[in-house]
Amino acid sequence: MVEQITVNLADLNIPSLLPMMVAIVGALVILCIDLVTKDLHKSFYLMLTILVLIIDLGTIIGYTGATRGFFDVMLVDGIAILTQIIILVSSALFILLTLSHQRFHEYRYPEYFALFLFMVAGFQFMVASDNLILIFVGLETASMALYTLIAMHNRSKSTEAAIKYFTMGAVAAGFIAFGSMIFYALTGSIELGQISASLVASDFANYPLVLLGVVFILGGLGFKLSLVPFHTWVPDVYEGSSAALAGYMSIVPKIATFVVALRFFEIFVSVDNQWIEMILYIVVILTMTIPNMAALVQTDVKRMLAYSSVAHAGFVMGAILVGTTQATEGLFFYWVLFSFTNLGAFTMLWINRSKDKHGYATDHPFEKFSGLVKRSPAGAIIMGLFLLSLAGVPPFGLFWGKMFLLGAAVNAGYIILAIIMALNSAIAAYYYLKLIVYMFLKEPNPSDETLLMKNANSTLYTLVGVTVLLTLASVLFIDPLLDMISMYVQISGY
Amino acid sequence: MEHILSILIFFPAFAVFLGFLVDKGAIRTYGITVTAIEFFISCYLWISFDNTNPGMQFTEFIPLISQYGISYNLGIDGISLFLVLMTTFMTMISLIGLTEKRDLKNLVLTILFLEMTMVGVFLALDAIIFYVFWELSLVPMLYIVGAWGGQRRIYAAIKFFLYTFTGSLVMLIGMLYLGYVYFQATGNWSFSLLDWNMLMLPIDMQMWLFVAFFLGFAIKVPMVPFHTWLPYAHGQAPTIGSVILAAILLKMGTYGFIRFSLPLFPDASVTLMIPMAILAIIAIIYTAMVAYAQEDIKQVIAYSSVSHMGVIILGIFALNVEGIGGSLFLMISHGIVSGALFMLVGVIYDRRHTKMMSEFGGLAKVMPMYATVFGIMLMASVGLPLTIGFVGEFLSLLGFFAVSPMLTGLAGLTIILGAVYMLVLYKKTFFGPITNPINEKLQDLKGRELAALIPLVLLVVYLGIHPKPILEPVDNSVKQLVQVMYLKSVEPTSKATIASVNSIGETK
Repeated sequence: MVEQITVNLADLNIPSLLPMMVAIVGALVILCIDLVTKDLHKSFYLMLTILVLIIDLGTIIGYTGATRGFFDVMLVDGIAILTQIIILVSSALFILLTLSHQRFHEYRYPEYFALFLFMVAGFQFMVASDNLILIFVGLETASMALYTLIAMHNRSKSTEAAIKYFTMGAVAAGFIAFGSMIFYALTGSIELGQISASLVASDFANYPLVLLGVVFILGGLGFKLSLVPFHTWVPDVYEGSSAALAGYMSIVPKIATFVVALRFFEIFVSVDNQWIEMILYIVVILTMTIPNMAALVQTDVKRMLAYSSVAHAGFVMGAILVGTTQATEGLFFYWVLFSFTNLGAFTMLWINRSKDKHGYATDHPFEKFSGLVKRSPAGAIIMGLFLLSLAGVPPFGLFWGKMFLLGAAVNAGYIILAIIMALNSAIAAYYYLKLIVYMFLKEPNPSDETLLMKNANSTLYTLVGVTVLLTLASVLFIDPLLDMISMYVQISGY
Repeated sequence: MEHILSILIFFPAFAVFLGFLVDKGAIRTYGITVTAIEFFISCYLWISFDNTNPGMQFTEFIPLISQYGISYNLGIDGISLFLVLMTTFMTMISLIGLTEKRDLKNLVLTILFLEMTMVGVFLALDAIIFYVFWELSLVPMLYIVGAWGGQRRIYAAIKFFLYTFTGSLVMLIGMLYLGYVYFQATGNWSFSLLDWNMLMLPIDMQMWLFVAFFLGFAIKVPMVPFHTWLPYAHGQAPTIGSVILAAILLKMGTYGFIRFSLPLFPDASVTLMIPMAILAIIAIIYTAMVAYAQEDIKQVIAYSSVSHMGVIILGIFALNVEGIGGSLFLMISHGIVSGALFMLVGVIYDRRHTKMMSEFGGLAKVMPMYATVFGIMLMASVGLPLTIGFVGEFLSLLGFFAVSPMLTGLAGLTIILGAVYMLVLYKKTFFGPITNPINEKLQDLKGRELAALIPLVLLVVYLGIHPKPILEPVDNSVKQLVQVMYLKSVEPTSKATIASVNSIGETK
């Protein structure tokens, strides 16, 4: 005899679903428009996408409903709201990069923009839930769309990248499913809150199984977050995709997954589970160190930035390990600043994108930037600014994030971790300097004149200008930013 | 002039932005004018400075990141006053003597930017703001060495950057930890040095923090064994880079010791007095010997810099008014003298494009004025009485004599060894017959070079005879510093040591 279920529409809390619905409906509208009229310029779809993202953002900021919704699978707490704001703002900024000077194949398809919106909706589902199944669905929605976006760049390397990403992503998805299954078997629930409660109540009975589940989930999330040893796809995929999309991949999918990781590992970190903390500790240290070493020997700027973004992810993962409120605030703070700086750096790469590679093996070899300061002083100074910010040289944006995270680690007693973080920053400085050395200290290569600043137009310049301003004057808006982040983090109790 | 310190810091920065619009042909004059105005502002600051007040003056305070207690906090006292004056003065002189032709505009603007960061380091009272300027100064220096340097300039520039960057990151962790300790003690976040000075720390914590700060400062000074970046940087840097590096950037490290390490960690400073002195003495003797073995004139002066920085460290860790005051005076005098020496090497390098001693000989006959100026600077570098070098060296050694006469005796070798390598250098280059016929037609010092060097000669002689204008304000602030150390030390033995080393000239 099945118990009768009565559903009250008011209890469903439909507004909690509204933001994702906006993105999905927007995507469908784009597809419908494409059915009716052909050959609309990309700028139309681009602006439509941005408008949808703005409406989406409005529904999130204006959200005043209950935390729980839709059969309790939605969880719209402070962190969910904050992360969605970050996701939407950076998505809107990154999609602007499609308005470049040169024409690229993929932007001719309206599907590109529809897929983009589906992807955003997927990420929003990921962060606004603590139900492992919904997280899984959101993750897969977003990933499927992302694989396709990469492949649409339509170069042999892009297809390679997409297939590589897809196959490894499929394994990772399997890992997450398997891990969720183990936790369901252990606790009879797929909601993180209840998993936590019953694990703590049973004092982590069946510990080997718990560990196995954690390892599976860590493997799955680690793939998305590019944690060592699941990071090997990153440089190839970044190299294969356009600089615009590579920059996007280094920011948005990661912050979404960070939130999932935060919600998941909080279960164990908050009760000081020794073994799992040790696993995390090792992963964090490896993720900071190994990509840093690899980045030292890269010959292509995009691959270097790919490794550097892996190292940054390790840095932020350290915040999840530390687990204090200050560290969680630091995580978001760091990521906001990182997204501006990385947006700037990848935009600069995008501006220097040319269709003709001029005999170089890759799109952005270091040699291409030789003597940029003599060709385009402003371009070199701006790129140098972003690199210094990534290296953590004060007073540029990312330094404050780094300082805040280091401070959080120190305050929680993780002095060794803080020192390893600091030493890694010093190693990282070397490869960022390498590009600065090429740009400022070497003589320009006369035949490369045609390669530089070829993809620029006023939209990209404006975008760069905004990011430069944010990176330079970061010290002025840190206070309000921190206030906002700590408000959202504290109401959700992390 | 409410905000004179902010003006002092940001005037060169604004000049950089406007400088982008100045035409290439006028950029040299623009640079000199800006630095001259900056120097006059700092002179005005000196005039309005109250010599009798040992505390911080002209303080400014604006909260920046209130949640984390970081504020824009500036102030000046007798310890930093003359370092600021020297910074503005030497930057001006180095631009006057600038003979570089390549990419002049970029070079001048970089120097102005560097000036901002250097002045900022000496004026910041908030640890994080201090750190910001401290790290920011690496960037222009990297560019100067890397773009206008010699053959292996890129290696030298990156080595310089990474070495100092690594050390400072460890120091940053120390600062963050200290901020946290302050938070635990008081319930408020603060990175202000004046707030931190109220903290009484247990000795083992002091030791760890001392080590963290030590790494940042010692690499900058540089102290043996962290000195290996310096000869490279000097060897490859263009003349103006060497002048600023030796005259000002190195002083940031020793200033850091006085400003942070001594008052914040008095017990650790007392405990580590002898180890620090031994490191300093190794620097003094070892690098003096290395200097003797060099073939390249610039390397001799580079190593002599390390050697003299050893004397400064020794004076600081005498922990008494004489030692610290003397080391501060020595910082000023070393800034002037080594700056002048590097400029003199630049003069000969411009004419011959070599710095090897073996290429020269008998220069005194063809370049009498050059030989005279070089001779005066050399005497000052060696520490001849009645030159500027003597006062600081004597006071530093006198200060440490109260700690350990034996170690002071060893350190006193600096004068002898310094005389050995310097006089050998002078003999090989200036005396004897002219061995190389190319040297017979060398031109003596002319216009621009004289304009840069003569003020330095005058200062060397004037301050050597009459050091009082500097010593008096320094003395007041240093007395207060020692007082703070005495009050803040938690171990009775440290209190006793500080009291006993500060008894020079008292009747028993």
